[in-house]
Amino acid sequence: MQVPEGLKYTREHEWIKVEGDRGQVGITHYAQDQLGDVVFVELPKKGRSLRQMEPFGVIESVKAVSDLYCPAGGEVLEVNGELERKPELVNGDPYGAGWMIRVKITNPKDLDKLLSASEYSAYLKQAGGGH
Amino acid sequence: MVPFGGWDMPVQYSGILEEHRAVRGTAGLFDISHMGEIEFRGPDALAAVQRLVTNDASRLSIGQVQYAALCYENGTFVDDLTVYKLADDHYMFTVNASNIEKDYQWITAHVIGDVEARNISDETALLALQGPKAPEILRKLTPVDLSQIRYYWFQPGKVLDADALISRTGYTGEDGFEIYLSPDKAEALWNRLLEEGRPFGILPVGLGARDTLRLEAKMALYGNDIDDAHTVLEADLGWIVKSAKGEFIGRAALEKLQAAGLTRKLVGFEMVGRGIGRAHYKIVKNGQEVGEVTSGGPSPTLGTNIGLAYITVEYATIGTEVEILIRGEPVRAKIAPTPFYRRKR
Repeated sequence: MQVPEGLKYTREHEWIKVEGDRGQVGITHYAQDQLGDVVFVELPKKGRSLRQMEPFGVIESVKAVSDLYCPAGGEVLEVNGELERKPELVNGDPYGAGWMIRVKITNPKDLDKLLSASEYSAYLKQAGGGH
Repeated sequence: MVPFGGWDMPVQYSGILEEHRAVRGTAGLFDISHMGEIEFRGPDALAAVQRLVTNDASRLSIGQVQYAALCYENGTFVDDLTVYKLADDHYMFTVNASNIEKDYQWITAHVIGDVEARNISDETALLALQGPKAPEILRKLTPVDLSQIRYYWFQPGKVLDADALISRTGYTGEDGFEIYLSPDKAEALWNRLLEEGRPFGILPVGLGARDTLRLEAKMALYGNDIDDAHTVLEADLGWIVKSAKGEFIGRAALEKLQAAGLTRKLVGFEMVGRGIGRAHYKIVKNGQEVGEVTSGGPSPTLGTNIGLAYITVEYATIGTEVEILIRGEPVRAKIAPTPFYRRKR
């Protein structure tokens, strides 16, 4: 499973890439692999404010419906509208073209509660035994 | 892997969409050994079968298969199944995995006459080879002339070194075969079918694509679309109810319902708005609840989101616009013609 360095991770398998007070959010390679073919992504409206770990949208694979959780509180600056037409980008490029939202981070301390790449990798090993 | 009727079954091998497309385009291989088989042997086998199922098994020739319902007295489903006529005194039911014990108990409690009903599920493996290339692939492994087996017919014969029943049936809406054989021969056949199918692009197929394939073909799934709370007529399966054949369990209730008229029925729908209507989502019309989704998901072949639902008959007409509550929000859908997918012959 790909777990790029430099990103922060949630235990619910979202990632956030922080640049200054901005963060880009998506789901991890592991998450898309577990979901299987993604067929539907529902994202919030621009301008919505989110608390840390508040559900900001929904992702659906052929069989399953899952909530998406915002790794850090903030205001939604941009959403990836491309996913409406091409939800499969989440499978093909979860850390790139499959990104979901950009947020303005209101409380940088939220980031301290997230996992580093190595912590998330260890978490997957522990959680994913048997897969 | 997921638990399914007491078995550990893969939801997918390589990916649901890819597996689905393999079956529609070339071929897919399913291990459906979890399905149950119950056989009837004895001079009164036909009479026993006739009393148990809604369809008319007396119309079957040896080598023919028929879809039927096993009913409670009130006309709801114990199970849906296929009836095989192996000989004048020998029939077999193929039943859903999750219902084997329940069916067998129901059958032994209601079987009459000089006949023995036996649950042979544990000594029967079942592989399904489905898709337009299925005949070409299977032909390499059997001396049986497959072109002589028509849709919903079967023939006993050798497949590799196994004594098998080759049945031209399936749960995908495609051409294909279901092959019954001894469990100790199943793994070898599985491997050979994949090997022979490789040049065609065959894929092993899991439960996920089995569900999307059968949904496009509007084949009912027990536990979703049919159960002990809905009658065979409400399930839009009136064509498997043959009241003229004589007495069977559920006949009186179904005749009464037929005379009184249905209040709800199973229909297909297609999403108009953005969203996927899934099992148990409510259907509303003018703010009133008028139905409930029983199966729903993306149709890989059509590229739309489809499903089945029980709906008040008033709104069951094709083209009727309704709304499905998805996470509390009404999303537009319309009643659609079924099957959603029909193969070209």
